Amino acid sequence: MKLGRVIGTLVASVKYQGLEGVKLLIIQPLDKNLKPMNQHRIAADGTAMAGPGELIYYEESREAALACPVKFVPVDTAIVGLVDELMVQGREVWSKGKE
Amino acid sequence: MFLGRVVGTLVSEINDVVYENRKLLVLDRLKPEGDPDGSYVLAADSVDAGIGQVVLVLDEGNGARQVVGAPNGAIRTLIVGIVDEVHLEGREPWYPQKDD
Repeated sequence: MKLGRVIGTLVASVKYQGLEGVKLLIIQPLDKNLKPMNQHRIAADGTAMAGPGELIYYEESREAALACPVKFVPVDTAIVGLVDELMVQGREVWSKGKE
Repeated sequence: MFLGRVVGTLVSEINDVVYENRKLLVLDRLKPEGDPDGSYVLAADSVDAGIGQVVLVLDEGNGARQVVGAPNGAIRTLIVGIVDEVHLEGREPWYPQKDD
């Protein structure tokens, strides 16, 4: 899993069957100090709770589809959780209460 | 599998059911010699690893799901061991738990 920030939303009216109702979000992958790295991804929202600005973590490859309600769907990146608090090398990098 | 060093923790209230009550850790990926290779990964823990420890990381979904007992869990990266010794050809043996 990697950290990411939700930077946008996306609507597709035509989707593969099984993906109806699955929210698609645009995410910016981040390093462990929350600096942007690599290019953006489109991710399915496995939590159904993420929104723009949110710090999340995501899973890639086959496991991403398992975060969706229907398990055999063409999805390669999915948000699997929202970050409340992140400590790295003894330093609080992120805390939801203090954003 | 690859080597990692635990450098941080992640707290998350809302997540996929497979991560419920499971510790999530921030790992630096290590070269076999023990130096960080510059990348990182987030992993669930199955061996009660702690900060600073060098660990064995599984990055394969079927194995990870089997370990956590969740056939349909959205999980791929899992800490499955704590490394005591690394022997590399042409180098002195490395004992990660004793160095720290």
